[in-house]
Amino acid sequence: MSTTSTPSAAPVTGNGQASAAAAAKRAARRRIALVWAGRLGLAAVVLGGWQAFTTWGIVDPFFFGQPSGIWKRLIDLFQHGTEFGSFYQNIWTTIQEALVGFAAGAVTGVVFGVALGQSRFLSDVLGPYIKMVNAIPRIVLGSIFIVAFGIGVTPKILLAAVLVFFIVFFNAFQGVREVDRNILANAKVLGASQLQIIRHVIVPSALTWIIASLHSAFGFAIVGALVGEVLGAQSGLGLVIKTAQNNFDPNGVFATMFVIAVIVLGAEWLIGKLEHRLLSWRPPSPSEANLL
Amino acid sequence: MASRNDVATSPIAGEIHRDNARIEISGLTKRFLTPAGEVFTALQGVSFTVEPGQFCAVVGPTGCGKSTTLGMVSGLDRPSEGSVKVGGREVDGITDGVSFMFQADALLPWKTVLGNVLMGPIFRGVPKQQAQASARDWLRRVGLTGFEDRYPHQLSGGMRKRVAMAAALINEPKILIMDEPFGALDVQTKAIMSTELLGLWEQIRPSVIFITHDLDEAVALADRVVVMTSSPGSVKAVFDIDLPRPRGSVQEIRFQPRFIELQHQIWETLREEVERAYARTAGGTA
Repeated sequence: MSTTSTPSAAPVTGNGQASAAAAAKRAARRRIALVWAGRLGLAAVVLGGWQAFTTWGIVDPFFFGQPSGIWKRLIDLFQHGTEFGSFYQNIWTTIQEALVGFAAGAVTGVVFGVALGQSRFLSDVLGPYIKMVNAIPRIVLGSIFIVAFGIGVTPKILLAAVLVFFIVFFNAFQGVREVDRNILANAKVLGASQLQIIRHVIVPSALTWIIASLHSAFGFAIVGALVGEVLGAQSGLGLVIKTAQNNFDPNGVFATMFVIAVIVLGAEWLIGKLEHRLLSWRPPSPSEANLL
Repeated sequence: MASRNDVATSPIAGEIHRDNARIEISGLTKRFLTPAGEVFTALQGVSFTVEPGQFCAVVGPTGCGKSTTLGMVSGLDRPSEGSVKVGGREVDGITDGVSFMFQADALLPWKTVLGNVLMGPIFRGVPKQQAQASARDWLRRVGLTGFEDRYPHQLSGGMRKRVAMAAALINEPKILIMDEPFGALDVQTKAIMSTELLGLWEQIRPSVIFITHDLDEAVALADRVVVMTSSPGSVKAVFDIDLPRPRGSVQEIRFQPRFIELQHQIWETLREEVERAYARTAGGTA
């Protein structure tokens, strides 16, 4: 292909351009095919190797599970459920906790971030405390929440919200601090009230930072919900994992892990959609342009 | 030009409007505390007056406190000593009826062209429909009809300046403050934008303080040129430019003998300052 397109590139004719475009398209297609071949190949090597080593007895499937066993266990979970309600029910419990915790943590994070980013006094007063709380391994708070609020959904929501809060808070705070001074001065001179400045200038400007933080924040919401469930629950994927662990059932743990990964990827996709909508004003980044 | 103003408002209202637009800067001093704890005097006893509807350019070497002065005229910043009076009233808080234009875009990148121009009236509580109509009208005046739904990053530098101009003028300010508004543009675009600015200015005739380091630009646009010294900034001389108005194309005016004469005269004053400022920075780095 390259031999036909290279000589015709010198004179700029319509024909030469067309063939150059076709060659570029072919090259792009070839690249995509190559990338996918690489991806599938890697998955085949990892999963196939795992399956082979456990089948041959080099690795003990009793401790490390086996892909075929995981798959069987997954189907079994969906068909027959668990001893504490259907599998769907457990999935829903975890999603619910993660979503509510995520929303609560994100909203409070944005509110606090914008408030502290705006007010030097507030940030000076609260700053050290927030840093201190941030330094605490917050997962441990799960135990306190369970003691205080029982084994219902509340402590899981709280734990998820606390984990999400700090990520979103620090990003919102930084985002507010990075607002362009000229734009702020201009809005002030044009007669904007403090509320109008927040609405039209500060929040949209900080949104780039906030949205970026939401991607990792949802992962933390799920972690919060799961850890809460492992610590004590009546329903939820964390409980499924804990039960599987107690029954020496690594396939059950892996199967649940797989479901969690799907949930997080789904949420990630939704957040990506949201990002695209809210930040449609941004110029396309060079990497995105390259992908086209 | 005055008659244009009177067409829009009644003659009496026009008079009041004009009197409100006098800017008196007297004995303005501004000191900052440097991070090292020393007191740095940015401005020392700056005094000059901008008559209502006058176009006043301020030239001076870099670091002479031109932008600091503007901040205090608009009310974004407070003087350490001295005062700024607008229309006889001392500036206290954001000055009413002021618009700003910066060298960097102060456009909101997340709003469309129309949304950006809309901001002025919206911040003043004008109903949305009315604000939109006037924003469209101003976009037409700056020649951007058809670009309402674009985002700033989709426009060229010159087009962004036009949007900024429409956004600054839509509130029909009595005072227009410009901080090297065309500094980042190439020479040709700059000349075109300057000509357009003059045309729009003659329509609503606000008092203008225009900061620039480009003496040609200052002489071509202004009625009065203030030359500042550097560190601490103070007024060295004030020149009145008697080139007739309307001046038409900024590029053409540069060839008039009177322009060259004035330009030469002011440069004699400015050169000394520029050289002094340059020697200081060169000495500082050596």
